[in-house]
Amino acid sequence: MNSKELRRGGHFLVHHPGPDQVFIREDFGEEQRMMFQAAADFMKSEVEPHLQRFEQGDYGLVEDLLHKAGNLGLLGLSVPEEFGGMGMGFNVSMLICEEISSMTGSLATAFGAHTGIGTLPIQYYGSQAIKDRFLAKIASGEWISCYNLTEPGAGSDANSGKTMAVLSSDGQHYEITGQKIWISNAGFAQVFIVFARIEDDKNISCFVFHKDDVQGLTMNAEEHKMGIKSSSTRQVFYDKVRVPADSMLGQRGDGFKIAVNVLNAGRIKLAAATNGAAFKVIGLMSRYANERQQFGKNIGEFGAIQEKIARCTALVYATDAALYRAGDAIERLQNALLAEGKSEAEAKLKGLEEFAVECAILKVYGSEVMALVADEGVQVYGGMGYSADAPMEAAYRDARISRIYEGTNEINRMLIVDMMLRKALKGHVDLLGPARKVAAELMEIPDFGSEEPTGFLAPETKILMQLKKANLLVAGAAVQHYGTALVDEQEALMRLADMAMEVYVLESDLLKTQRLSARLSDQENEIRGILGTLQAHHAAEKCLSAGREVIMGLPENDEQRMMLMGLRRFTKTPSVNLKNLRRKVAQYVLDKGKYPF
Amino acid sequence: MNILVCLSQVPDTTTKIAFSADNKSLNKTGVQYIINPYDELALTKALELNEATGGGTVTVIHVGGADAEPVLRKALAIGADQAVRIEAEPLDSRQVAAELAAYIQGQSYDLVLTGRESIDYNCGLVGGMLSQYLDWPLVNVATSIDPAGQAGVLAVSRDMDGGREKVEVSLPAVITCQKELTEPRIPNMRGIMAARSKPLQVVSPQGIGPDLSLLSHALPPARQACRYFEADQMDALVEALRQQAKVL
Repeated sequence: MNSKELRRGGHFLVHHPGPDQVFIREDFGEEQRMMFQAAADFMKSEVEPHLQRFEQGDYGLVEDLLHKAGNLGLLGLSVPEEFGGMGMGFNVSMLICEEISSMTGSLATAFGAHTGIGTLPIQYYGSQAIKDRFLAKIASGEWISCYNLTEPGAGSDANSGKTMAVLSSDGQHYEITGQKIWISNAGFAQVFIVFARIEDDKNISCFVFHKDDVQGLTMNAEEHKMGIKSSSTRQVFYDKVRVPADSMLGQRGDGFKIAVNVLNAGRIKLAAATNGAAFKVIGLMSRYANERQQFGKNIGEFGAIQEKIARCTALVYATDAALYRAGDAIERLQNALLAEGKSEAEAKLKGLEEFAVECAILKVYGSEVMALVADEGVQVYGGMGYSADAPMEAAYRDARISRIYEGTNEINRMLIVDMMLRKALKGHVDLLGPARKVAAELMEIPDFGSEEPTGFLAPETKILMQLKKANLLVAGAAVQHYGTALVDEQEALMRLADMAMEVYVLESDLLKTQRLSARLSDQENEIRGILGTLQAHHAAEKCLSAGREVIMGLPENDEQRMMLMGLRRFTKTPSVNLKNLRRKVAQYVLDKGKYPF
Repeated sequence: MNILVCLSQVPDTTTKIAFSADNKSLNKTGVQYIINPYDELALTKALELNEATGGGTVTVIHVGGADAEPVLRKALAIGADQAVRIEAEPLDSRQVAAELAAYIQGQSYDLVLTGRESIDYNCGLVGGMLSQYLDWPLVNVATSIDPAGQAGVLAVSRDMDGGREKVEVSLPAVITCQKELTEPRIPNMRGIMAARSKPLQVVSPQGIGPDLSLLSHALPPARQACRYFEADQMDALVEALRQQAKVL
């Protein structure tokens, strides 16, 4: 694969990088690892001792932790050095986000809202004067920021907001009036980023102000939520809030673009957050299984518990691989664009936009893996899992929001397919040619081994390549049948997204393990290889069931029957004793008493 | 003050200890090293002393191989101004102390701080030996160190059995550091980035040999499971204490 192809996002169905072309968390250098360790020390000394307080609506604790994190420089990692930040790359900011988000969703949400959607609109779209005024104080945590987009009638359909911004007759100010809802950090934020419509513009605009500079801003009390109990979440009311005309971020009508672009970063970082939480929950689960005795044995000795631990571990390992692969792809493109002379903001935004498909995939996959991990965590704890005195109950409630915020998983699934098809239509990625080839292959005698993968994880790589074909087959059939009406076939879009996600995540998993193999012992390679086998079988099953649903939604005819046969062929897996493999993985995790990779 | 802090690296406290096949060395596979926690307190105290007076330098020093450089860089990230590594693979405490003393004699430090012991071999000897080599006063196991009001003197507290002793010591001196002295610092991101450009000097050893030679390591015997005796089984209990535990 040449360097041009490495700069493209959303083309993983038709391009196949090698293990030397991806980044894995083990590639982080000493400095980055030291930063991670500092974040881990911070969590251990400042967060872990107070875990119960997060369940009691202790907003002051979260506010205090944000200030402390700011003192350590943890809030300004990707803010440029000239604005008081560290100027670090995107991927290390994910690594820190992972650790800060690992113990409680309350802090994860506050941290994400501040460093992501609360910082990036200013960093990428603010004028020099705005950046000079706000960025350093946001990076240091002296000021906390909140992002006011959602309205009672404008959630997923964010561009439909009713909040208005009216230009004063002298052209010096805008007066903002409207209602915002679910605003994270609102209770203690100084900086407000708000989206409002000017006149009857098609797209909303974006403004930033300091709370003390305005009048007419009021808030409701804290919302009562299912989880993330100490993340401040309020409704914010704007009654003719006057802001200077030059406090606009970007140009008039840029608001929706800003919202969409910073959400790309928010989505993949949410996957970093759930990754960190999943590591911790697997650790808790395995230690509990090592201690809890029933029928005279540790429950970790029972197959029913072991398979839960193994299943969760395999999925988390794969997600982790995809996470840092995508984060690196973004960072590499950003750096390349900077080197070509693009501005900081342009380069950063373009990097995120190009890999928007991967960002959405990680958001959905990460949050759903976390949902399973939290659920199984509760189950392994049994009755104690349901008790608020043990940590699983909070983990379970906190995990639930991840499938909703930063764009619901349904919206993100539609985006995944929509963006991939757009890339194909624009000619950025050739999906149609390969799709036709796959359709033609159906008419031929099955291909016996002309391009068989070889080496470590060869059978799994073969499954991966076949799954790519299954994706092209099903997506091609859906596009051909529905045409532009595919956008209204949401059920099909959900499943096409599922298939694409499985391919990206499985490929990342296998590439990671292949990349690492030379650095590890035989035993470590064996376990990681098993994780790849488990993930390959999982992906094949998912692709089969999702693909079947899409094809069965098409007209019943010979073509449909042929496609179903083709799908079965492309999702076929060799017979493997998955039970024994899961037992091995579980034993390894239980021996270590933590997520061991 | 110009303060020298002696650092050793130790396996993270959660490490499961295993030895090489000949039992002569630690199996380092997968071992995560940290700054010896007592040494980390010494480093923090050194930074605090200089921050309070607004002057001086803090140098960290280690006798050992290049694999210890990450912990030296961590010390630089926490705030030390420079690091020195004496290129030797010491086998015993006297070798470490002698190498350190030889280096220190060529410099002009006001104070040398060490941890009271390292948490791997727990010998607790380097501070004492160092003071002997340098012919400097030693205060062992300090729980507080403060300026004493007159230049060149420090007030030091140390715990005794059931009480606390306060002493004054004239500089230059060697002080070994105990818990309670201070809280370790988490390096901030700016410090971590600044560590890149701080000097880490590698110094040739004097070639002082060890006094001891290592025969073998062994793990402690696995802990036995608890045995319970009912209240009416006193004879069996006494028998077990005599015959099996051999404590009666």
